Amino acid sequence: MTVTLKTVPERPVRRPAAPARLAAAACSGPGLFAVVALLLLVVAPLGLEPFRLNLLAKYLCYAIVALGIGLAWGRGGMLTLGQGVFFGIGGYSMGMYLKLNDAGGDLPDFMVWSGVEELPALWAPFRSPVFALAAAVVLPVAIATVLGLLVFRRRVRGAYFAILTQALAAALVILLVGQQGLTGGTNGLTNFYELFGLDLAADATQRVLYFAVAITLGLLFLLAWQLASSRFGRLLVAVRDAEDRVRFLGYDPAVVKTITFAVAAGMAGIAGALFVPVVGIISPALLGVVPSLELVVAVAVGGRYALGGAVLGAVLMNWAKTAFSEEFAGGWLYLQGALFILVMTLVPGGVAGLLAAARDALARLRRRARAGWAAREAKEAA
Amino acid sequence: MSGNGTGRAAEPLLEIRDLSVVFDGFRALDGVDLTVAKGELRFLIGPNGAGKTTLVDVITGLTRPASGSVRFAGTELVGRREHEIVRLGVGRTFQTSVVFEELTVVENLDLAASFRRPLWSLIRRRKGVSDAVARALEVTGLTDLADKAAGTLSHGQRQWLEIGMLIAQEPRLLLLDEPVAGMSKEERARTGELLTRIAAEHTVIVIEHDMDFLRRHASVVTVLHEGKVLMEGSVDQVRNDPKVREVYLGRAAQPVPGEVG
Amino acid sequence: MQAFLNQLPVGLSIAAVLLLIALGLTFTFGQMGVINMAHGEFIMAGAYTAYLLQAVVGTAAVPVALPVAFLVAGAMGWLLERLAIRRFYGRPLDTLLLTWGVSLVLQQLARDLFGAPNVQVVAPGWLSGGLPLFGTQIPYARLFILALAVGCVLAIWAYLARSSQGRRMQAVMQNRRLAAIGGINTGRVDQLTFFIGSGLAGIAGVALTLIGPVGPALGTYYIVDAFLVVVCGGLGRLGGAVLAAFGLGLLSSYAEFWTNASLAKVIVFAVIIAFLQIRPQGLFVLRSRALT
Repeated sequence: MTVTLKTVPERPVRRPAAPARLAAAACSGPGLFAVVALLLLVVAPLGLEPFRLNLLAKYLCYAIVALGIGLAWGRGGMLTLGQGVFFGIGGYSMGMYLKLNDAGGDLPDFMVWSGVEELPALWAPFRSPVFALAAAVVLPVAIATVLGLLVFRRRVRGAYFAILTQALAAALVILLVGQQGLTGGTNGLTNFYELFGLDLAADATQRVLYFAVAITLGLLFLLAWQLASSRFGRLLVAVRDAEDRVRFLGYDPAVVKTITFAVAAGMAGIAGALFVPVVGIISPALLGVVPSLELVVAVAVGGRYALGGAVLGAVLMNWAKTAFSEEFAGGWLYLQGALFILVMTLVPGGVAGLLAAARDALARLRRRARAGWAAREAKEAA
Repeated sequence: MSGNGTGRAAEPLLEIRDLSVVFDGFRALDGVDLTVAKGELRFLIGPNGAGKTTLVDVITGLTRPASGSVRFAGTELVGRREHEIVRLGVGRTFQTSVVFEELTVVENLDLAASFRRPLWSLIRRRKGVSDAVARALEVTGLTDLADKAAGTLSHGQRQWLEIGMLIAQEPRLLLLDEPVAGMSKEERARTGELLTRIAAEHTVIVIEHDMDFLRRHASVVTVLHEGKVLMEGSVDQVRNDPKVREVYLGRAAQPVPGEVG
Repeated sequence: MQAFLNQLPVGLSIAAVLLLIALGLTFTFGQMGVINMAHGEFIMAGAYTAYLLQAVVGTAAVPVALPVAFLVAGAMGWLLERLAIRRFYGRPLDTLLLTWGVSLVLQQLARDLFGAPNVQVVAPGWLSGGLPLFGTQIPYARLFILALAVGCVLAIWAYLARSSQGRRMQAVMQNRRLAAIGGINTGRVDQLTFFIGSGLAGIAGVALTLIGPVGPALGTYYIVDAFLVVVCGGLGRLGGAVLAAFGLGLLSSYAEFWTNASLAKVIVFAVIIAFLQIRPQGLFVLRSRALT
């Protein structure tokens, strides 16, 4: 390529190249990551008022869940409709710590209202913030590992797996609603005041939390990126496309899938733990069948085959949800449904797929133009 | 009728005893005995439905037999899972080749070669090409296509890639299921060369219909018919056997396909 | 013992409704590989059909609505198949998400048409009261639902086994390509399967009006359980669906009764996972030799 460039006169070809090259660099993996990091860590905190920044933090929490879905579904072909379960476990772990911390030595307020007189044994260890944070990650990972091994080893997959994860989400919601005294029932856990000695209502605290969420997202994105581009990532794609063939390469697909599912679950757990202090509530309505599916939809809209697409989709869809729900509540459901039907029918690759297609088309055009130019030059020279 | 009768007195690598497979009442395999010695190149032939692929399926753990045993280097294979059998050193290809289309040729080979690495080491990126992969590329002649997506390969190239993946795994026993089916004449010749090279260093069992191919490359042939071993012997012995002519051609009067070419 | 008997009609009628819902799902899933999340909204459509007919025929709404709901829900299913699902054959996970989008739209449509609050359908007089048995009383409404499910299963069985259309449907289910080569218009068979399957959901919706109120989200309460019935029963298997529906229906209603309601679903989920360890493809499996 460089050889042909040298034979072609530099002037007409190179002139648009500098900005174009910058744009191309920004579109490449590391460049794009740097641009987004700059936007999230510098531009957004400077440019957004506290209320909007808090909303963005919330979207980024969802983006962390979406990242896991992108890994499990886009790369691994495991359509998990129950990420709300892991998000919820992370959220409730954090919520329990916050509740106990706020209550000092007393019982959390909602327990008093439900007539509970003694702190349930399940709650006791959550006095420790370390335990609560560890539980937010370890519990989802453990549950996903056990479930994954049980299910994947028996070669339950595809739609069956999707249905089972959905059933798990449905079951958890009913469990949480039913155990009023233990979980706060339908209302969930809310009214938090303090985190590590910081006032949760203060803008400064929320700003710190925003940075925590954004940096966590960045780190987890790098982790997902490393997983996806390593041999393990290739193996995961192989399992997605021809699981039975992978066995004859000497790998156990169940192990590959379980690890990925567990990583996705861990991400959802972390997201849940961050979500609670940012938004100030965790309740069954935030983690059931519908919110779990909504995130999958967001990933599909953003582009399931690209990890960045998953993140983009989660932020876009949740932003749209806020924007439209503020204007007309019922309209959002129509819009979401219609948007989704359109995306699934017309652009299964989502926004990221569209961008990639556009980039390829542009590159093709540029190549053709350059070839044409070179040919004309050659003719003139001859 | 054991492998020892073939002249090579090497130790047996694969010993199949009294193997039976039943599909919904239909006996796909019926008391098959088969011994393959280390270093041997064995051909498995028989008319459609004779049970050739079923036999390979049982060896590689895809199908559970109703009874019988499959011992590989002294280890019982029946009851083990597919990937465990691969890890013991038994590799196979499929009639309709399955390669990972989204991955490049070299990535396909690298995955095949990496299965002995500890799982945690897989989260590192592939840097360069390992010796096993380079060798597989060279042997299969796919070096120039190394960075092409496997989905863009022709039918013949896909078969070679599959064989290459097999070589990259460095197995002790290779099972090839109809490697030249659907190939052009040139492709068949190249596959033959490939097979000769592989057989020089490995123990190989090949299922093949193509009589021309058989005549060129076969040393020992096992004929299956209706789930049973009909006979075992050299290509000439098999070709001149009236029983084989009978089942293979339906009528003994017709010429043996090897002569038709 | 008394408690056990009291709970029995509840469990049986829940099972019967699940069966009616799962029948349609198992055939569309088994035959076309389509996971129709909008199936729940066909239930809802059936229930609202009964509600609308109430204004015309009064308390005879339930019996009159049965055939009408079958047609209404069936037509909706047929339309969905023609307009969207047809393009998605062979991509089960995509159909799942696509039809979920449809389901959202239909729910909101119901909310806009009929209002968000629940409505009631009054059961005919002859369904009130109950049959005294072993010192307990079995409500006629529950018996009616059970009989309805039995009737539908028998009809489907007869259709599959006896009619030429039904045999075509089985052929397509077992080997689509072979059936197509054999001269069967698989597209037509698919349309009919979708129509019948969705229609059965409509009937289930009418049956549900006898148990409780009708709301836009009615379908969402049953769709997950109905899918579990399909998973446990095996794809496209009538017998499997019957056994799994009654197994799951009774299990969950007794689990609710003996523990507390909130734990029941978790218990059912654990039992299903355990069951899949033994029978990962459900009770009955269509066997195939292909490496897929």
